[in-house]
Amino acid sequence: MARRIAIASPMGVAGETAPQVASRGPSWDGRFTVLILFLPPALLLFTLFVVLPIGEAAWYSGFNWNGFGRPTHWIGFDNYRFVLETRAFWLALRNNGLIVAVSLAIQLPLALTLALMLAEKFRGAVALRMLFFMPYILAEIATGLIFSFVYDGDYGLVASIWRTFGAEPPHLLASTDTAMLAVLIVIVWKYFGFHMMLFIAALQSLDKSLVEAARIDGATRSQALRHVVIPLLYPTIRLSVFFAIVGSLQLFDLVMPLTRGGPADSSNTMVSFLYNNGISRMRVGYGSAIGVILFVICVTFAFTYKRWFMRDE
Amino acid sequence: MRLLEKLGLAAAACLLGANVAAADTIVKWLHIEVNPAQVKIWEEVARSYEASHPGVKIEMQFLENEAYKAKLPTILQSKDRPHIIYSWAGGVLKTQVEAGVLEDITDSVKSGGYSDTIAPAALAAFTQNGHVYGLPIALSQVGFLYNKDLMAKGNVDASKIKTWDDLLGAVKTLKAAGVTPIVVGGADKWPLHFFWTHLAVRVGGKPAFDAALKGENGGFAGETFQKSGELFKQLVDLQPFQNGFLGFKNPQAVGYFGDGKAAMILAISSFYHTQRALAADKVGLSDDKLGWFDFPVVPGGKGEPSDTLGGITGWLITKGAPKEATDFLKYFISKDVQARLAVGNFIVPVVKGGEAGLNSTFMKQIAANLAKSNYHQNFYDQSLGPSVGRVVNDVTAEIAGGSMSPQDAAKAIEAAYKQGN
Repeated sequence: MARRIAIASPMGVAGETAPQVASRGPSWDGRFTVLILFLPPALLLFTLFVVLPIGEAAWYSGFNWNGFGRPTHWIGFDNYRFVLETRAFWLALRNNGLIVAVSLAIQLPLALTLALMLAEKFRGAVALRMLFFMPYILAEIATGLIFSFVYDGDYGLVASIWRTFGAEPPHLLASTDTAMLAVLIVIVWKYFGFHMMLFIAALQSLDKSLVEAARIDGATRSQALRHVVIPLLYPTIRLSVFFAIVGSLQLFDLVMPLTRGGPADSSNTMVSFLYNNGISRMRVGYGSAIGVILFVICVTFAFTYKRWFMRDE
Repeated sequence: MRLLEKLGLAAAACLLGANVAAADTIVKWLHIEVNPAQVKIWEEVARSYEASHPGVKIEMQFLENEAYKAKLPTILQSKDRPHIIYSWAGGVLKTQVEAGVLEDITDSVKSGGYSDTIAPAALAAFTQNGHVYGLPIALSQVGFLYNKDLMAKGNVDASKIKTWDDLLGAVKTLKAAGVTPIVVGGADKWPLHFFWTHLAVRVGGKPAFDAALKGENGGFAGETFQKSGELFKQLVDLQPFQNGFLGFKNPQAVGYFGDGKAAMILAISSFYHTQRALAADKVGLSDDKLGWFDFPVVPGGKGEPSDTLGGITGWLITKGAPKEATDFLKYFISKDVQARLAVGNFIVPVVKGGEAGLNSTFMKQIAANLAKSNYHQNFYDQSLGPSVGRVVNDVTAEIAGGSMSPQDAAKAIEAAYKQGN
């Protein structure tokens, strides 16, 4: 029993002490004081760093503006029309969709499988965990540069592997057919370790007596896994999915050193599309429109997801 | 209490120290030059200027070409912007002038007859509405740099390549001999746009470009620009480029040429020198292995064979820069320094008399070509400004990658030009 408490989640501990706290819960006056004291700074920061920039972007998106001085040439919703008429924008959106799909269909299951294997205590488990987590520690730009060498069709690792089979090595990043695939592989490689760590942490704080009870009742290992462990992991899985999708929508710094969105926009994400078209071309109004569209997509997703899947948390 | 006193004294000392330091004028100079040999000369010029002007410090800062272009708008609007920046003139310069981030240095340049020492056409590129905002440093020409050994291996006589068909023929012969005909840095896109724009210069000449700017003859969607796309497509269909050319950045491509792996590169004349620095062995191809032929003519083209595509590069003074920045720039663009850079064959000088220093036949040839050219077209991606110029680069890369037809490419440029900025 002592062991059980030791591994209980912080939430469980808080739950046990909650009744005592409730008996001397804050009065309405107290809450009001807290509100007066703590709300203004938070509200100020939120306005300054979140509301204002978004409002500004929305304002700029109505102008044909090159980013110098004050915007003057108001064109209404034309920038949005231009964005939606651009083929590259839809390609970027499709690519973001692909990244989300790959994250959910390959990355998370891979992370979960590895976590189930490595959550147990055995010799070398910690070393293996570190090894899988390593790519996540590496800076995105560095990762991109490293992989641009790995993928190089003349000198890269991929090329030398290809040559051992006697074939002419491909330039993965230079072809519209393979560039996005190459980027996706790097994404999975880079981020699965992060999700694995989340799952391991969740698994270790799991109430093991429930699994033991299921086993005593005659459940096989896989039955226990399917009906006890995985359901207990749902909160973490939901969080992981949330991180994976939001991260996928914002992906930028891996793409730039690898392909800069090319060739022919085939590996652009929404953010690299924003950068290539808004910043490099000095079309800040147009770029702002892309930013606003991206923001709307992210916010819509975040609220919907929270409402549907994370209601209890 | 004594501690406080000490602290006060220390603070006062710091303030005084800061004052002494502030008496020095620091001129911040941002460049994009990758050739260490040339940067070394620049450094020496800066140090010698400092020696004769006590209290002035010249600080060099470097950014890589693409990064520089991307960051420039932000850099220019910062309070801490560099005082001297690199420029390709053209539409980008126009945008910067309109935004009011450049310093008008007309008086300083005109004083003492200084402006008369510079080639008028080059100075004109840095003049807007009669106001001078910077000084040119060099002219360049785009043409084919070739590797004599590889041409011989492929049995191609480069001196006989005069027309577009000759070039296509040479590409076929070289391919048949197992030689990579042309190397290009397709990931940067602008090296690919040289093909398309130079074809446009040959097909339509100056009249076509001027008409397109006015929106006449269908603008950039007109016949000339469709035709140049079609001719470019003819070349692309022969698969003349190295494997994976869309993944190569320009420095990589120039290095590849310097390593002797491809027969030709459609080069800016300065690549003659940078190929050495960018080659794997840092030696590159020696003069006797290098050849040059001008961009081939197009049958029925309205452009003169002597018309040139290239750059007029120089330095701009940014708003609020100390007057020492302009003074240093004038010192830098002087006959002595230009001759010194010419001796190293780094530039085709813009200061009259500077070309006397040129000692390689190659650079002399380029200087002669530029001297007899009546129409020197600045790179389209600079001349048309950041927004339209980048679209030109995009669509030429798309034609090269096979994902866009020449007609659609021309239409895309016209659409961007109409949207404008």
